[in-house]
Amino acid sequence: MSLSPTFDPHLGEPEPPLYAARKQIYPQAVKGFYRRIKWIILFITLGIYYFLPFVRWDRGPNAPSQAVLIDLPHRRAYFFFIEIWPQEVYYLTGLLIIAALGLFLMNAMAGRVWCGYLCPQTVWTDLFMAVERMVEGDRRERMQRDAQPTNLETFSLKLLKHSIWLLLAWWMGGVWVLYFADAPTLVRDLATFQAEPIAYISIAVLTFTTYTFAGLMREQVCLYMCPWPRIQAALTDEHALNVTYRYDRGEPRMSLKKATHAREVGEPAGDCIDCQQCVAVCPTGVDIRHGPELGCIQCGLCIDACDEVMLKINRPLRLIAYDTDVNIKRREEGLAPVFKPIRSRTILYAALIVLISGIMAYALATRAPFTVSVIHDRNPIFVKLSDGHIRNAYTVRIANMLMDPATFTLEVEGLHEPRVEIIGGEGEINGKPSVMVGADQTRELRVLVTASDEDIEEGEPPHLEFTLHDQTDGRTAIGRDFFRTPKTIH
Amino acid sequence: MQDTPAKHIDDKKAVVGTTGHEWDGIQELNNPLPRWWLWTFYACIVWAIGYWVVYPAIPLVSSFTQGTFGWHSRSAVVADLDGLKTLRAPMNAKIEAASLADIEKTPELLSFARAQGSAAFAVNCSPCHGAGAQGFKGYPNLNDDDWLWGGSLDSIHTTLQHGIRWDADKDTRSSMMPAFGKDGILKPAEISAAADYVRSLSGLPTDKDADLVSGQKIFTNNCAACHGDKGEGNQEMGAPKLNDKIWLYGSDKSVIMERITLGGGGIMPAWGARLDAPTVKSLTVYVHTLGGGQ
Repeated sequence: MSLSPTFDPHLGEPEPPLYAARKQIYPQAVKGFYRRIKWIILFITLGIYYFLPFVRWDRGPNAPSQAVLIDLPHRRAYFFFIEIWPQEVYYLTGLLIIAALGLFLMNAMAGRVWCGYLCPQTVWTDLFMAVERMVEGDRRERMQRDAQPTNLETFSLKLLKHSIWLLLAWWMGGVWVLYFADAPTLVRDLATFQAEPIAYISIAVLTFTTYTFAGLMREQVCLYMCPWPRIQAALTDEHALNVTYRYDRGEPRMSLKKATHAREVGEPAGDCIDCQQCVAVCPTGVDIRHGPELGCIQCGLCIDACDEVMLKINRPLRLIAYDTDVNIKRREEGLAPVFKPIRSRTILYAALIVLISGIMAYALATRAPFTVSVIHDRNPIFVKLSDGHIRNAYTVRIANMLMDPATFTLEVEGLHEPRVEIIGGEGEINGKPSVMVGADQTRELRVLVTASDEDIEEGEPPHLEFTLHDQTDGRTAIGRDFFRTPKTIH
Repeated sequence: MQDTPAKHIDDKKAVVGTTGHEWDGIQELNNPLPRWWLWTFYACIVWAIGYWVVYPAIPLVSSFTQGTFGWHSRSAVVADLDGLKTLRAPMNAKIEAASLADIEKTPELLSFARAQGSAAFAVNCSPCHGAGAQGFKGYPNLNDDDWLWGGSLDSIHTTLQHGIRWDADKDTRSSMMPAFGKDGILKPAEISAAADYVRSLSGLPTDKDADLVSGQKIFTNNCAACHGDKGEGNQEMGAPKLNDKIWLYGSDKSVIMERITLGGGGIMPAWGARLDAPTVKSLTVYVHTLGGGQ
C-alpha cells in the first residue's frame, strides 16, 4: 500500500495513491460585480443573524417578547406572530421541504447559487479570508512568507490572524445561543458569568466548529463533507445556468503576444491568454476551464477576475460567464444562444413550492386556538359501580394556545343521560362541569363518564363526543372516544 | 492547443484511472482520499482506547476493569434518583404541608400528587391491585365506589399508612370473619341457606328449593352484627356490603359458601413504615381520584 501523496504516471508506478495531502490554497483578492454581490449578501445575512435576536415582538404579559425565539425549556418556538408547539413540528417539516425545493429551483435556474453566495460555510469562509488578507497580505505575499522558515514576524502575524478568527468564531457561537433565551438578559448573564453552563458549552462548541470549518477546513468541507455537490450534479441539466468557461471562445489558448500575431496572419487564436487569474482567485482551488467540477461552488469570482484581464487586453468581457451547455454547443454550430428559464422542472419546483406554502399558510390561518384530546383508560376498560351503573374513565388533555387564561365547559354527547365529572375541575357552569386552563398552557384532567348499561345495545360501543366550549366567545373543540361496557365489543 | 473539459477528464483518467464502475457511460475517477480522513480515522482509534482506559470495559474472570473515572451504571442510577428527589423536594414539601383535601383543590398539587401516586402505585400496589387498580379476586377494585374500610381521603390514608390485618403495625385495621364452616359453627345446610339469602339481598336469583326464611334467621344470628341487618356492610369493621352489585370474591353461590366456610379476610401491608409521608399522601390522592373516592 502506497501512501505517497503524489503520483507520477511517467514513473510507471502501477498503483495510484490511496491518500492525497491537501493542497494549500491562497485565494487572491478580486474586485468586480460578483464580488460586490457577495459582500452585500454577506452583510445582509450576517446582519440578520446578529441582530434578529434583539428584535422585540409584543405578545402580551403571558409570553416572551422576543420576535424569534426557540424556548426549549417551555417547549415553544416563536417566530414573530407565529407560535409553534412541539406537536406542531410538521410546520418545521414543511419549511424544510420548501427549503429543499427552493434549493432545487435555484439549481435549475442558476446552478449552485446556494453554495456560492448563501451557504454559511461560504459566508464565514469569505469573512475569514478577508481577515487573513488584512493581516497577512494577499496571495503572493502569503505564499512567499509560508515558503520561508518561520520568523518572529510570521509568527506574530499568524497569531494575530488566529486570534481574530477565534474572536469571530466566538461571536458567531455567542449569537447562536441568543436564539434560545431572552437575548438582552442572556447577554447580561453571559457577561457576568451567571448564564447556564449549557450556554457556555454551546458557545465553546460553535466557536470550535466555526474556527475549524471557516478558518482551517474551508474548501475541504465542500469537497469531502457536504452532500449537496453530489446531489446537485444529478439535478442539473443542459439548460441550467452555471459558471462556465466558454471554451468555444477561449481556445486555442496562447499568450497575448502569440494570439496577436496569430490574429494578424489569420490563424485561429482563443481569447484565453492562460494568465491563471481565474485559478488564483478561486476559493476552492478549481480551474474553471476544466468544466463543471465538484469543487466549484460557482461563486463567480473567476468571472470578475477574467473580466478584469479581458478589459486590459481589450477583448470582449465574459469569457467566463453564467452560461449553459446548450449555448456552448449552439455557438460552436453558429447558432444564437437560447435561455429557457421556464422549463418543465422549474415549473414543477415552483408549483410545488407554491402548493406547500399554500397548504402551510392555510393550516396556520385556520388552526384551532385550543384543542382537546381524549385517551380512554386502558385498564380497567370500564368499572361497575355498586348500583350497577357503568363508568368509563378518560384522560383529557386540553391545550389552550391562547395568550389568555380560558374557562371551558365540557359536554359529552352520545349517551342517554350520562353523568360527567372532572377530577380537579372548577365546579359547574350552567350545570356543566367547567375547567380553567392557563394562558399558553395545557392541562391534563381525569374525566369520569357514568351511564346505565341498560340503554346500551350489544355490539359496537357508542361513540362519544367531548365538546369543549370556550366561555368567552363560544368557540368549540371536539375530541372523540368510545363508551365501553360488558356488552360492547372490545 | 485545444483544451476542453472532455480532454481534462481524459488527462485525469490517465493519472488516477477509474474505479472500473460505469453507469450509462458515467465513470468514476479513482481519486485519492484526503489524507486528513486517515488522521481522523486514527484519532477515532485513539479516542476508543481512551474509552477503554477511563470507563469499565474489559471483562476479567470474576470482575472487570474499573476505568479511571470510576463510573458505574448503578451509581449513575442512584445519582439520577437522588437528583430527582432533590428536584421534587420543593413540591413534596408543599404536599407534606397541605391537607389532603387542599391537595385535591389545588391543580398544581393535584397533578403532581397524581403523577407521583401513579408511579408509586405501579411499583408498590399493582402486584395485588393490578396496574389499573382494577383489582383481582380477593383484592378490591379501587376504581369503583364500593369500599371495605371507607373511601374518604382520611380513610384511604389510614388504610395505606397502617395496612389491614398487618400485625407489625399496632394501629392496623383489624377484624376477622369467623370460619363458620371450618370451625363447625354452622352446618353445611345452614351455610347453603345463608348463601341463598345473601344472594337475594342484591336481587340475584336463588336456588328453587332455597329456604330463605331460615337463611334470613341464620344471617340475623350470625352475620348481621357485622354486615348489617340488610347486608349494608360496616366500614368500621371492614365488613363488605352484601346488597350491591360488587363482589370481592364473586357472586356464585359456591363462592359465597366457600367464604362463609373459611371466613378470614385480606391482608395489606402498612405502607407508612416503608414509604415517606409525601408518597403515602400522593398515593392517597391518586387512589381517591381514580373515580370512587368519597
